[in-house]
Amino acid sequence: MVTSIMIVGVGGQGSLLASKILGRAAMDKGYDVKVSEVHGMSQRGGSVVTYVKFGDKVNSPIIDKGEADYIISFELLEAARYVEFLKPGGQIVTNSQQIDPMPVIAGTAEYPSELISKMEASGAKVDAIDALTIAEQAGSSKATNIVLMGVFSKYIEDISKEEWAKAVEACVPAKFLELNKKAFEMGLAAE
Amino acid sequence: MKMKELMLGNKAVARGLYEAGVAVASSYPGTPSTETTEEAAKYDEIYCEWAPNEKVAMETAFGASRAGKRSYCAMKHVGLNVAADPLFTISYTGVNAGMVILVADDPGMHSSQNEQDSRHYAIAAKMPMLEPSDSQEAKDFVIEAYDISEQFDTPVFIKMCTRVAHSQSIVETGERTEIPVKPYVKDAGKYVMVPANAKKRHPIVEERTRKLVAFAEESSLNRLEEGSDKSMGIITSSTSYQYVKEVFGDKYPVLKIGLINPLPEKKIKEFAASVDKLVVVEELDPIIETHCKSLGLEVTGKDIFPLIDEFSQGLIATSLGLPEKPACKPIEGLPGRPPAMCAGCPHRGMFYVLSKNKITVLGDIGCYTLGATPPLCAIDTTECMGASISSLHGFNKALGADAEKNTVAVIGDSTFMHSGMTGLANIAYNQTNSTVIILDNSITGMTGHQQNPTTGFNLRGDPAGKIDLEALVKAMGINRVRVVDPYNLAEAEQAVKEELAAEEPSVIISRRPCALLKKVKRGEPIQVNPDKCKSCKACMKLGCPAISFKDGHAKVDVTQCFGCKVCSELCKFGAFETLEGEAITW
Repeated sequence: MVTSIMIVGVGGQGSLLASKILGRAAMDKGYDVKVSEVHGMSQRGGSVVTYVKFGDKVNSPIIDKGEADYIISFELLEAARYVEFLKPGGQIVTNSQQIDPMPVIAGTAEYPSELISKMEASGAKVDAIDALTIAEQAGSSKATNIVLMGVFSKYIEDISKEEWAKAVEACVPAKFLELNKKAFEMGLAAE
Repeated sequence: MKMKELMLGNKAVARGLYEAGVAVASSYPGTPSTETTEEAAKYDEIYCEWAPNEKVAMETAFGASRAGKRSYCAMKHVGLNVAADPLFTISYTGVNAGMVILVADDPGMHSSQNEQDSRHYAIAAKMPMLEPSDSQEAKDFVIEAYDISEQFDTPVFIKMCTRVAHSQSIVETGERTEIPVKPYVKDAGKYVMVPANAKKRHPIVEERTRKLVAFAEESSLNRLEEGSDKSMGIITSSTSYQYVKEVFGDKYPVLKIGLINPLPEKKIKEFAASVDKLVVVEELDPIIETHCKSLGLEVTGKDIFPLIDEFSQGLIATSLGLPEKPACKPIEGLPGRPPAMCAGCPHRGMFYVLSKNKITVLGDIGCYTLGATPPLCAIDTTECMGASISSLHGFNKALGADAEKNTVAVIGDSTFMHSGMTGLANIAYNQTNSTVIILDNSITGMTGHQQNPTTGFNLRGDPAGKIDLEALVKAMGINRVRVVDPYNLAEAEQAVKEELAAEEPSVIISRRPCALLKKVKRGEPIQVNPDKCKSCKACMKLGCPAISFKDGHAKVDVTQCFGCKVCSELCKFGAFETLEGEAITW
């Protein structure tokens, strides 16, 4: 059994740190783990995707259409963009924040409406949350990624709250640890 | 002590360098190879540096090998083109201490200008090339590469691709082996490649290849994995191997190739004979497939798999006739999200000026290539490192004054040091009235903030030699050199107009540090007063990700706004204000 998770968002939102925490928690649990990320051009405000897979034995580091169990998205439109990578009935955990892409800024396209119901209609389960506001309450909008990891942690039953906390501790710099721990817990507690 | 760690492929390479006792590393940054050298720099035992370009890096590493210490250089696929000159001859001289050259391909062009397959270089330069398929192999293969290098007296390639370089998997680490210095001995017949000596070295290279083929037959780098169903056998390597295993598990026999050049002959023939149908799965060009065909084998390969783009498990499954997996339905008609210049990017102001004045702009390689994207659409051309300047000279020679008055080259500080200087030398020497704009953001931006010879710091961030761009350009014979701040649109525009009009070559240095640098202080975000905004959309022409048009007015996203205030310079109505509602001042 392999669990496949896509972390998607806009370049610069912190998907690399989120994938690091998830990979670390899974490895500490004794799973084989692979994480695949893309650096460079797309990180300049483009759509970014990171794949995390764990299980007894993981071969391919990437996730293809119809293979993801979960999508964690830092931005609403990006969640919708990758919905076809989900297995039918797969779970989306998404920030409800909207960031206009350049075609919308330039006025050649509109930011799509009713994305949550569109994702549900395509066969996904959707858990949408205002992670930006929660992160600001925790102390910094930069912790939005960690808030969402807190929300997501509820879905992975065999990794305990303490094990998640250990993984966060191992991955974030000491001076931001308290902020990130708080952000994670507020995400976990969010309804 | 052995430890298990989740490691990026590139970090595992660095670990391999450490364990193999490597002493000197010299590289030029290039996605997806950059982290191998950055991670190696974290080990005090390895001297690491950024060279000005890949050719210099390779020659530096070769110098260290010849002196007697194990050495390393890394580059992306297109960087190997730059270093091809030393490459083909150090294959002849061979090494003293072991030398490894890492080249990282980018199938799918996540961050590259072409999709070339670097395995051709190993064949052309007659050098061994190892191709790992995950992080553990990346570490192990690096260590083995140094042994092969010293055993066979040859530099050795490690070939990565994006999905091996930028994937993390679990690595078991070991200890460092300290390698004693191999004394340098003067040996003109081996190291002075004049024709008489080179003629004697070439047969040694051919003999080396014969020995390496024999090695390939026996080496565990090429691994046979049994399968229960012999109706098909698959030869594969690199990340494609992982996709094959993902689709088929242990069903079909697999010959997993780790030494991609030279390829074994007997081992492949025996494998082909043991299965009903032979299939080769490899990204980009048919290297293994062509080899199989040269052995007289019937093989399925590029007749069903693409020559283009990277592979995935789904692509392999469907190419071999398996059904697509059921999936959530795609949502149609979503707007794309292409990469864009960041809020506060210093390049934006200069591109606005060039776009506004309808100037032909010959571009180069770096973050600033994004100046080609809407709404600025300011760049006309992009090929390779340094081509902006050299091709501007050719453009102007062809068309004369008509072009000279309306055409510029734009090139970053790091790219100028890499291979812009020689193009400028041609302008100074063969004289066109060319105007070159050096976009100096004081860092190598696109690859993730590496230092370069103009920044005053070395790879580790310690103070280092600093090349003065103005003095350098003047010393090269360019008399008209001026520095402008690209946040100041009026100043930038005046400079561009005057230098284009000048009757001699000129260089404009558009200088402001990258907005993402930690040392750069963010300005205070600003806002639009909707009562003053006349909806003219002049500010929208900048393509700033922090400005959008909502409810009939421009609106600033204060979480993204960098406070550069360039947008306020475009507003004739003074609609931009501080968050306290005060007028913007400079």
